[in-house]
Amino acid sequence: MGDIASLIFKRLGYGLITLLVISIIIFFMVELLPGDIAQAVLGQGATEENLAALREEMGLNKPAVVRYLEWLSGAVVGNFGESIVTGERVSSVITERFINTLFLAAYAAVIAVPFAITLGVIVALLRNTVFDRVANVLTLTSISSPEFFLGYILILYLSVKAQMFPAIASLSADMTFLELLHRTFLPALTLVLVVTAHMMRMTRAAIINLLASPYIEMARLKGTPPWKVIVKHALPNAWAPIINVVALNLAYLITGVVLVEVVFVYPGIGQSLVDAVSKRDFPVVQACCLIFAATFILLNLAADVGAILTNPRLRHPK
Amino acid sequence: MTRRNQKLIDRIAEEARNGRISRRDFMNYSLAAGLTATTATGLWTTKASAQPKSGGTFRWGLHDGNSSDTHDPGTYVTRQMIFLGHTHRSYLTMINGDGSLGPDLATNWEASPDATEWTFELNPAASFHSGKPVTATDVIASLNHHRGDESTSAAKALLTDVTDITADGENTIVVTLARGNADLPWLMTDYHFAICPANDDGTIDWRSGDGSGPYKIEDGEFGVSWLLSRHDGWHGEGAYFDEVRILVLNDPNARQTALVTGDVDAVSLIELKTMALMQRDPNIVIHNIPSAAAITMPMHCDTAPFDNVDVRNALKLAMNRDDIIEKIAFGAATKANDFHHSPAQPYWPEGIEQREYDPDQARSLLRKAGAEGLTVNLSTADSVYAGAVDMAVLYAEHAKAAGINVNVVREPNDGYYSDVWLVKPFTLVSWGARPTPDVMYTLAYKSDAAWNESRWQNERFNELLLQAKSELDDSLRAEMYREMAILAKDDGGTIIPFFNNFVYANRANVGTPDQLAASWENDGARAASRWWFTD
Repeated sequence: MGDIASLIFKRLGYGLITLLVISIIIFFMVELLPGDIAQAVLGQGATEENLAALREEMGLNKPAVVRYLEWLSGAVVGNFGESIVTGERVSSVITERFINTLFLAAYAAVIAVPFAITLGVIVALLRNTVFDRVANVLTLTSISSPEFFLGYILILYLSVKAQMFPAIASLSADMTFLELLHRTFLPALTLVLVVTAHMMRMTRAAIINLLASPYIEMARLKGTPPWKVIVKHALPNAWAPIINVVALNLAYLITGVVLVEVVFVYPGIGQSLVDAVSKRDFPVVQACCLIFAATFILLNLAADVGAILTNPRLRHPK
Repeated sequence: MTRRNQKLIDRIAEEARNGRISRRDFMNYSLAAGLTATTATGLWTTKASAQPKSGGTFRWGLHDGNSSDTHDPGTYVTRQMIFLGHTHRSYLTMINGDGSLGPDLATNWEASPDATEWTFELNPAASFHSGKPVTATDVIASLNHHRGDESTSAAKALLTDVTDITADGENTIVVTLARGNADLPWLMTDYHFAICPANDDGTIDWRSGDGSGPYKIEDGEFGVSWLLSRHDGWHGEGAYFDEVRILVLNDPNARQTALVTGDVDAVSLIELKTMALMQRDPNIVIHNIPSAAAITMPMHCDTAPFDNVDVRNALKLAMNRDDIIEKIAFGAATKANDFHHSPAQPYWPEGIEQREYDPDQARSLLRKAGAEGLTVNLSTADSVYAGAVDMAVLYAEHAKAAGINVNVVREPNDGYYSDVWLVKPFTLVSWGARPTPDVMYTLAYKSDAAWNESRWQNERFNELLLQAKSELDDSLRAEMYREMAILAKDDGGTIIPFFNNFVYANRANVGTPDQLAASWENDGARAASRWWFTD
């Protein structure tokens, strides 16, 4: 177990360095965008005079490196600063949005992960049958369509025609949990359709790969029923690649959903990132991107730890 | 009644609601559509000119909102803030449905004979949502927010001539100007000049979101949604809804689907491409309102080849405006005539000859200027206007017939208004509606204006502009604007293809007044206080 702890610490250390590098890259990419924040705020109404006044007020007259270092010195002690445009604390701007994003990701994951893995096991069991082919074609079609298109299709059939679910997932404070689930069902379903294929096919491939191994042959020869061969003998050894793919998809559910948010008007973090980029509001951009980066780093770490825990050979290295 | 007749009658009723046909015409058309006289009379009273009634929650989908917007009226820029501003805050004056100027916080206003001193009397009944009455101090602080070196307001330029604003008692303010300005009461309708409560140090408290408008903010998040409830002490007439819920719906599909499925009661913008499809839905009423917003194509008059007036006029003649309105604006636009004064603004000069597409005359003007086979670069970007690049390409096709080669240069969306507009010699620009011709001309056509986008210098035009600004006699003023329009049309450096219409929609159970204000979408951004539910 000590090995796992040291692995986690080592990886977290690397993760922090990665985040630092990412923050530098993001800062200078925002700097490279044409126009500056004062111009973005005043829009077409900008004159030299009020631009100068606004730049002064926002502290844009300092050199870029100084502004970055000021931000960094706050960030290392957990203070991500204030939004340059609104003057509000970045944490208060983002927290609620991030919770919304996590909720939608969790909603989609709770449906998608069990569904994809179960489906993967079933198609592995029934491989090369009609069911296998149909499941593959359908999931591959849904992963190949852009998510906004899937969203529009779902809106057309389930919202406009059947009128079962609302077309926009706007939230209000006085909603019950059931109402919330009903209102956000279409965006969650869109995400489920997008991530299912990847996880299902990896489950299928990992299991089929193992089915050629001698110990599976042995299990079959001693008369174990096919479903038991897969669930009890093949699946435990297939967990490592499956967990990796699941982690990758979970990260996607958090970081890659901006299109779904736009289509369903869901107030998630992707939308605030897009808004912040359009206004060049660097502290907000920085915070959103670092959250995304940290999500990837942590989920990757979780996948590796999961792979070790499910594999006795890695747990007890000689 | 057949379905087709029903549709016809709905359309007649809709025309009547919008004041486009009279009661007499309504009766005639209805009878022709197969109704009896009694039914038609009943329909006129119930459907066509229904009386407003109170109640309900008005769910309002807006097309332009950003999560980094703020309550600072000086930096209002998105529709979310402009519409919210007209819902929870008040202005001194407002533009009525018929386009005239009416009272909001100010009940009465008067000018000195040279229009350098304006006195506004405030409504003593007006109060903020906090319960505090609106006084001269609040109004002065709110206007000063847009003045002085420290100000970051985008509306600063409108008040540069103001030298002093003083209180004359609790409920009267006096605005002193360096030069006469007959339009000052119109300027006060500008969306930036929202009245906020004053702090003790003469600044305003804009952060709290307090206002003296028809609805007070209960809850909300920038770029997402707002919930407002009726302000019982409001000084105006209307505010029929109990509650207003504003939803920011930036995605056109989400916005229009929400309207179709009844998730919202009204939206601020209908995509022109799908306008015809939406019209088929009997539950939806579409409004197509001519506005003072315009697309302009300024040419730098101090740069060759645009320094020659014949070249400029050839380029104006080389545009087929009807074709552009049909193909790019899907008919939802009003043909313009190369002067920046829309029929939706006061003092519009009638009867000036419309410039039509005439490639032959354009060719002969070019020959006169010795510029045959002219090649020009036209800079544009997608973000300027939906279809801006397509429009430029279409214009290039029109110009080919006059022997002009227009190269369409597609510029990046980001920074278009800082790096391209006013910099490149021939660009395509989108202008929001301004309340009066004086504001528009002063902003973008005056010889020394920072935004004189065509760098046009015309002595007579500038002389008239100054004269008209302080002229309080309406008919003299109208005469001056006519002469200026002709000068801009025949000598100016700006091609103006069209004024775009506002196209927005509501569910059929929403009642709207006979005439809708053209200053912004949704009845001058005041749908929340002017509209009502009919069921």
